Amino acid sequence: MFGAIGNGMITVKFFSIIREALEAESLELEWTPALNDIAAVKARLIAQGGAVWNEALNQEDVLMARNHRVVLASEPIADGDELAFFPPMTGG
Amino acid sequence: MTACVQSGAFDAAAQYRALCDAYSGAAIVTFTGTVRDFSASGAVSALELEHYPGMAESLLQDLGDRVARQFSLEGWRIVHRYGRLMAEEPIVWVGVVAHHRAEAFAACEMIMDVLKTDAPFWKREHSSNGAEWIGRAEQDIERRRRWGVGEID
Repeated sequence: MFGAIGNGMITVKFFSIIREALEAESLELEWTPALNDIAAVKARLIAQGGAVWNEALNQEDVLMARNHRVVLASEPIADGDELAFFPPMTGG
Repeated sequence: MTACVQSGAFDAAAQYRALCDAYSGAAIVTFTGTVRDFSASGAVSALELEHYPGMAESLLQDLGDRVARQFSLEGWRIVHRYGRLMAEEPIVWVGVVAHHRAEAFAACEMIMDVLKTDAPFWKREHSSNGAEWIGRAEQDIERRRRWGVGEID
């Protein structure tokens, strides 16, 4: 489902309070070997976006997902991946 | 063995019938969760449920499959809504079928406990004081922890 079509891009999605703070639901980034894990993607987003992005993505309880699975910031990523940042879930 | 994520209302009685029509077993346990009409900030008029399309469906499917293996279920169904819901409207429905009540009770409870903290939904309550995102409750974390399972995948 993910990563099979390597189009040189990764998709990053945002939900809930993070989506609102960033005023962004999703964006695409050009994938390069330097973007080798989610921490690197986060650093890139903060470098591009500035203080608001730094505050929103560095909240203590922000969770990260890669291709619909919650992962650590050290999770390696690949061309075509879908990443997401969101606060703790409150289902049910 | 299906998980359904939908914006529209569901009929709990119809879900029960569908579960019983599809699976055979002597022990059937169901749970229906509705929108609470009060919170710490006062009377709640409505609830917004944001979800992560794709991940929500796959998480619930994986959760149902995982619990079914653990408790040898004959069948299960999970329905979870998203969007704007009014107070007292059903949000979530879980039904499980097993051969014995112990497995059925435990499976239904485990599905709900893990769903609360792992399924990608986010609640925002609307009350007379405005709208507010709801944080994860400590008791939900504790209830999930006692099942001793890692990430659902």
